Amino acid sequence: MTRTLVVIGHGMVGHRLVEDLRARDDADEWRVEILAEEVRPAYDRVGLSSYLDGKTAADLSLAGTAFLADPMVRLRLGCGAARIDRATRTVLTTDGTELGYDALVLATGSRPFVPPVPGHDLDGCHVYRTLDDLDGIREAAVAGAPGVVIGGGLLGLEAANALRLLGMRPHVVEMAPRLMPLQVDDGGGRVLAGLVGDLGLALHCGTATDSIVAGPDGRVAGVELGDGSTVETELVVFSAGVRPRDELAEPAGLARAERGGVLVDDRCRTSDERIWAVGECAAVHGRCFGLVAPGYAMADVVVRQLLDLDGAAFPEPDTSTKLKLLGVDVASFGDAHGTADGALDVVYANNAAGTYAKLVLSDDARVLLGGVLVGDASAYATLRPFVGRELPAPPERMLLPAGTGPDAGALPADAIVCSCNNVSKEDITGAITGEALSDVAGVKACTKAGTSCGSCVPMLKTLLGECGVAPSHALCEHFGQSRSELFEIIRATGVATFSELIGKHGRGLGCDICKPAVASILASLGRGHILDGEQAGLQDTNDRFLANMQRNGTYSVVPRVPGGEITPDKLIVLGEVARDFELYTKITGGQRIDLFGARVEQLPLIWRRLVDAGFESGHAYGKALRTVKSCVGTDWCRYGVQDSVAMAIRLELRYRGLRAPHKLKSGVSGCARECAEARSKDFGVIATERGWNLYVGGNGGFTPRHAELLAADLDDEQLIRLVDRFLMFYVRTADRLQRTAAWIESLDGGLEHVRDVVVEDSLGIAAELEAAMRDHVAGYADEWAGVLADPAKLSRFVSFVNAPDAPDPTISFVAERGQPRPGPVVLPMPSIRPDSEEVLA
Amino acid sequence: MTTWLPICPWTALAPACGVPALLAAEPVALFRTHDDELYAVGNVDPFCGAGVMSRGIVGDRAGEPTVASPMLKQVFSLRTGECLDDPAARLPTFPVRRHDEMVEIAVP
Ligand code: SRM
Ligand SMILES: Cc1cc2nc3c(=O)[nH]c(=O)nc-3n(C[C@H](O)[C@H](O)[C@H](O)COP(=O)(O)OP(=O)(O)OC[C@H]3O[C@@H](n4cnc5c(N)ncnc54)[C@H](O)[C@@H]3O)c2cc1C
Ligand code: SF4
Ligand code: FES
Repeated sequence: MTRTLVVIGHGMVGHRLVEDLRARDDADEWRVEILAEEVRPAYDRVGLSSYLDGKTAADLSLAGTAFLADPMVRLRLGCGAARIDRATRTVLTTDGTELGYDALVLATGSRPFVPPVPGHDLDGCHVYRTLDDLDGIREAAVAGAPGVVIGGGLLGLEAANALRLLGMRPHVVEMAPRLMPLQVDDGGGRVLAGLVGDLGLALHCGTATDSIVAGPDGRVAGVELGDGSTVETELVVFSAGVRPRDELAEPAGLARAERGGVLVDDRCRTSDERIWAVGECAAVHGRCFGLVAPGYAMADVVVRQLLDLDGAAFPEPDTSTKLKLLGVDVASFGDAHGTADGALDVVYANNAAGTYAKLVLSDDARVLLGGVLVGDASAYATLRPFVGRELPAPPERMLLPAGTGPDAGALPADAIVCSCNNVSKEDITGAITGEALSDVAGVKACTKAGTSCGSCVPMLKTLLGECGVAPSHALCEHFGQSRSELFEIIRATGVATFSELIGKHGRGLGCDICKPAVASILASLGRGHILDGEQAGLQDTNDRFLANMQRNGTYSVVPRVPGGEITPDKLIVLGEVARDFELYTKITGGQRIDLFGARVEQLPLIWRRLVDAGFESGHAYGKALRTVKSCVGTDWCRYGVQDSVAMAIRLELRYRGLRAPHKLKSGVSGCARECAEARSKDFGVIATERGWNLYVGGNGGFTPRHAELLAADLDDEQLIRLVDRFLMFYVRTADRLQRTAAWIESLDGGLEHVRDVVVEDSLGIAAELEAAMRDHVAGYADEWAGVLADPAKLSRFVSFVNAPDAPDPTISFVAERGQPRPGPVVLPMPSIRPDSEEVLA
Repeated sequence: MTTWLPICPWTALAPACGVPALLAAEPVALFRTHDDELYAVGNVDPFCGAGVMSRGIVGDRAGEPTVASPMLKQVFSLRTGECLDDPAARLPTFPVRRHDEMVEIAVP
């Protein structure tokens, strides 16, 4: 018979419990009612801060569509539990419904603790626990203004980092004499303070918060500290610890622990045998845990009891933590403070490098008890599983970076590799061999290891290698080779078409991954116009129509404006073309002009006008050179030391049309003031008194990177030669859609290796790379002019093959600020027709 | 009774490339695969409402002939019109044939 389980709280642990139960309850014994006070289904609270760093609420969501559609689970969002009535076995919800239960689980988590200092409830005070809290902070943040975080623990530092991401100047107030007092020791705290101080956090350690003061408008105006100082601010975030949400317990006659929390035994059971508590609200034998891993272990214990499975006792929890804040690694694991009898500390500190490591060992120095790593925590993944075990190598060797230290083979089979999800080495190696897994994603899906904090992922890779699984470079289901391997095959064999390549070296027909990748390689090697013959069908639509597709199916047209320099006459032509074809016109971020809203059939007419006026394609559509941005330089600027405009134009004309694994951007600045933002480009050039500095590997985008210096004080010819080599080396060896920064990072030896190959010619291929670039430059031809000259190619630029002049009825425009923009999309109802299979057969 | 509407000469179709065509009621994307099979599906991408399917890349997924929307890259079966990345979405399909040197689509 089906019984009813009511779960109060849909946070990380409540969700895990239901997900786990549903995965194991093959007989559908339990129907589940979940009461969720928050308006969203469970999300990854551990990853909360990434919400301010580009992730969306959807990215963080833990509940997949299968979970939400499960008929055995009912999730009531925005509906809390108000009271538990144990006599009638019902829960009263905040919207007045009564839900009967056979079993009840409290998973209500914690609430942030706000110390009762005067002014703590003023407008402008925030906490840091939910997505709503973060929305509030985002709204209140003012870039450039100071913000104060009260509490210098793990969460306090996360909150400070969040303020930094919002452009604020964060202050951190911590009562203890060091940051992260719970996780790191004094030595580690000092290194940590130095590192985060360098990054612009103002620290106030060893001082209390006396009061929050209000301004004349009644909102927060400042924070008064115990040392007599005041920090002026309009935004305060409290991060002074959490308190378990146990408020449902007492009215229901359930015991609370002395220091708060719903009191449970090591089976997570309250004094009522039908009621359990899990996660942060549960006090197991009186002790609460503020981490997700112990919560997941509790969920597992309860699911086993609900389904009468073995092994239902809460294991000794792992309270290890690792954190990367402001680029600073901090990890603490096991008995970090060396509280065990006779424990020995082995400390390695390097103040110059800003790294600190302490290992806590048993009295005979053989068994690892715990440790603290600050500044560089790369050894964490290897060390943590050894806690409580004998070390396989001397302690200092264990601190060497992954790959050079002892390998995972030394790790005992039952060691826990993923402590968040309690997954052992043998669980993982068993899954790899048993399920024939070939990558980290497979291991994650199959074992859950690596799906929470992610710190064990390096170890998962090591274990894959240990099981004999070479990392897969396969491009897609049609090619087992990587892009760089295909490049070498095509270069060496002279294969000139996709069908020949897939016939000899792949399988199937290809797809939207391998076709454009191969098209790009063929183009890099100069094997014809990109729309020649079969190649046309390989191109992404942008390349196929030599323009960028927009949301309504029209295209944008971006002519090249080398270095951003343009004559008044050409500017007038652009204006006239835009006016005549009614194109939306906008200055891009790349120092040129974009004309939007062109229908397919208009493209050749537009190009005709542009080409006649001396324009050519700007390759805004291609994985190719985009722009070389320039500043004004010596010609006009009073600070310039080199002619940045002339150099930018020279570079842009030299590399235009070069097809690459991803787009390429460049910039040239006339002096160190860097007005062209060259260091945010794939290759950037900055003038010096003595010539040019060349920087490589920069980009904006999702993960911004500053380009790093490759070579300094080059003359014009030296500069060109190095850029030639650098770009060709990238074109040959990078992965599909890998920009230069990610490519450099992926190379063994990183930038040093690039320097060896490109500057020192360590592989002896420099001459070959230069020759390949000479071929590219000699073979360049404008792609637009190429289409205009070829009736076969032109014939594809029609709205409809059977009605070449009929405008596409799905396209419409409305006016905004005096220009067109796409009209509202009316999604047509899919027409339902009898299937046509027999006619097709 | 089915009426076959002539759309274009066979030679207007390149292998593994789509072309757009206009029926009275709606735009259609017409494909000739590498082995000269013909398929016709709706040209309007159900995820964004733009008439772009004919400009997608033709290929296969585990042997099933497919086209990927050029807009947000969802992959559809050319045979059934079903979206292989989201079974809730599908493209209408149309009977299509080669008749002498013309390609024809059946209209109800
Ligand atoms: C037009 C423009 C915005 C503007 O009006 O200013 C633009 C528009 C697009 N950008 Fe951009 N980006 C434009 C400058 C930039 C810049 C700024 C710059 O170049 O100085 C950046 C950050 C710098 C960088 O690239 O490192 C930028 C980072 C991106 C990214 C993220 C790249 C990354 O590595 O993370 C994408 C996505 C991608 O390429 O995969 C992107 C993709 C796109 C696409 C192609 C998206 C798409 O597939 O439709 C947009 C289409 C352009 C079109 O239809 O014409 N755009 N985009 C800018 C064109 C510059 C030009 O003249 O060519
Ligand atoms: C910024 C941040 C970073 C963190 N980083 C880490 C980390 O790196 N590693 C780590 O291990 N842990 C970390 N944590 C802690 C981790 O998120 C928690 O341990 C975990 O979320 C606990 O899960 P839970 O389900 O017990 O509680 P929660 O996730 O808080 O969920 C409880 C849910 O119950 C709801 N609820 C409460 N009362 C009721 C009621 N009466 N009726 C209905 N619903 C109710 C709440 O609204 C909430 O949605 C972090 C936490 C934060 C805030
Ligand atoms: S980078 Fe230097 S030369 Fe160029 S515009 Fe700025 S200040 Fe002038
Ligand atoms: S240890 Fe956190 S995900 Fe594995």
